[in-house]
Amino acid sequence: MRINHTKKRGRYGIFGGQYVPETLMNALLELEEAYETYRTDPEFQRELSRLFAEYAGRPSLLYYAEKLTRKLGGAKIYLKREDLNHTGSHKINNVLGQALLAVKMGKKRVIAETGAGQHGVATATAAALFGLECKIFMGREDTERQALNVFRMNLLGATVQAVDSGTATLKDAVNEAMREWTARVNDTFYVLGSVMGPHPYPMMVRDFQSIIGKEVKEQIQLQAGRLPDCLIACVGGGSNAMGLFYPFIEDQEVRMIGVEAAGKGIDTPEHAATITKGSVGVFHGMKSYFLQDDEGQIMPVYSISAGLDYPGIGPEHAWLYDTGRAEYACATDQEAVEAFQLLAVTEGIIPAIESAHAIAHAVKLAPVMSSDQIIVINLSGRGDKDVAQIAEYLEVALNEY
Amino acid sequence: MNTNTNRIDKKFQQKLAQGKKALITFVTAGDPDLDTTRRLVVAMEDAGADLVELGVPYSDPIAEGPVIQAANTRALKNDVRIDRLFELVSDLRTNPGKKNTDIPLVFLLYVNCILQYGKAKFLDQCQEKGVDGLIIPDLPYEESEEIAEEARRTGVRLIRLVAPSSAGRIETIASHAQGFLYCVSSLGVTGVRSSFTTDFEEFFGRINRFKTAPSAVGFGISSPEQVRELKRHCDGMIVGSAIVKKIAESGSPDQAIASVGEFVRNLRRALDE
Repeated sequence: MRINHTKKRGRYGIFGGQYVPETLMNALLELEEAYETYRTDPEFQRELSRLFAEYAGRPSLLYYAEKLTRKLGGAKIYLKREDLNHTGSHKINNVLGQALLAVKMGKKRVIAETGAGQHGVATATAAALFGLECKIFMGREDTERQALNVFRMNLLGATVQAVDSGTATLKDAVNEAMREWTARVNDTFYVLGSVMGPHPYPMMVRDFQSIIGKEVKEQIQLQAGRLPDCLIACVGGGSNAMGLFYPFIEDQEVRMIGVEAAGKGIDTPEHAATITKGSVGVFHGMKSYFLQDDEGQIMPVYSISAGLDYPGIGPEHAWLYDTGRAEYACATDQEAVEAFQLLAVTEGIIPAIESAHAIAHAVKLAPVMSSDQIIVINLSGRGDKDVAQIAEYLEVALNEY
Repeated sequence: MNTNTNRIDKKFQQKLAQGKKALITFVTAGDPDLDTTRRLVVAMEDAGADLVELGVPYSDPIAEGPVIQAANTRALKNDVRIDRLFELVSDLRTNPGKKNTDIPLVFLLYVNCILQYGKAKFLDQCQEKGVDGLIIPDLPYEESEEIAEEARRTGVRLIRLVAPSSAGRIETIASHAQGFLYCVSSLGVTGVRSSFTTDFEEFFGRINRFKTAPSAVGFGISSPEQVRELKRHCDGMIVGSAIVKKIAESGSPDQAIASVGEFVRNLRRALDE
């Protein structure tokens, strides 16, 4: 089966589209046109490659996790070290691409939503680098969970607006960023953080993130002499997973697994397992899978990880799921925290709690695979931001040290 | 599709014959409760409203400003399900024990609500219960065919929106207008604006060249003064957040009805001067 990925008007099967207020339509069409011009422009690509290499620190390492492999006793585990990028996660890849595009389009101001703060910090960083005015929308609850990231964004010169509407988390930050864009559409570029939202965002973010999978493909050939058997990445909106998967889509022998947040369990109301438990709908500009009730009201979601705490998933993931090309599993808070601790003690690497969901799935999968098989896990971010929250989860009182 | 029986079309034809403009008012259904919404519709008609938009409460109303967002949140706490809204409309049309109305009624709602209910079933219910049109803020022209098809089948009007940023898109959208064309006054979400920077001569100049239905302007119109300032450009005026705010500020349903009634009478006077 060959999947045709050059869909018209941003459709992936039935998924995708541009479900936005009329006020934004011309801005999206302009963005689409500008991106179509620059994605094939050698000068733009050269500038972006230079930023990736000299500013973000790419290529990121592909690391053979020998200790973890031995511990799990099955497939060989490689970690794609996106946590080593500047700003500490894969988010910088997309942000550098979009900020460069904003500059080319003559925009002087950028806005963005953020959950855990990784995308907000990355956007504030790129805005500082390019001299753009920057405003970040963050759910009130997340500003409290991730206060340090709010301060980081302020240090970088960005304004952070706490969002109190709705559930005061990531989806509400997206709502508020879209509302702000509606009001300031002429001078503002919306730097969307994942492979979601209206076309062309899912395509554009995927393209900027696909550097991850491209590098893996070369690195694994050099290091192991063949393609991996399985790719694993965590999925909220799905940008780090899409970035890893995309260059492998045509390689049918490579399994691709996205891991969603099961929170306190998928049989409780407190999870964010969109594909596992959701249904097809339209929200945030796209047709995709969402956690919603039978009247289309978007449900409150929960995960220990602010970055996976989102009630939808990018439309291309919905398509990969429906066609059977990718599989979607989930990991609970408890499993993610255990994986977080496991990677710290076996490899000396503290992963982002988001990425720990991917590791949690590898913990289940690697032992049932053979030792000549290969798993590549996208270690999408570093865990410094999560340390205090994990201490709280484990009921460790930090002030007693 | 019978174009002569739709209440929206009839109302605009009637206004045109009288040389008057239409006054369109908005309330969020179920804020503060459905019984009050029913009374508000009747009271607004008595005070001079020509068409009423009923906002269907939604968890994530991205086109709305803070006033209507808060009304959505209040209404959702009252378990306002879509079938109860259809009952409300049916009750407004045919309850022998209450004052009924034939005023055109339009639902303003997000497309996901229609898709989850089932688009064919939803449009059938609109036709059967007496909903004359739909305004769907997150359904731009390019994505509208699947709903437009059902709207044509049932004779329910799909009210399209144009904005100042639509520019060259105005021709296509205006030339497919039915019921009325919702002209968004300015950039941004719904809610009170102290002044407008849109070049209305240019905006409505384009609209008037292409429109196939009457035009009504909305977003930010909150006072009789603004009604006087803008009315010459269009065939109707839409007032939403300012009414919802009066409801929110009222201490009781009776007070809300009195306050909204007085406000709508003032808007009507300004429109008819």
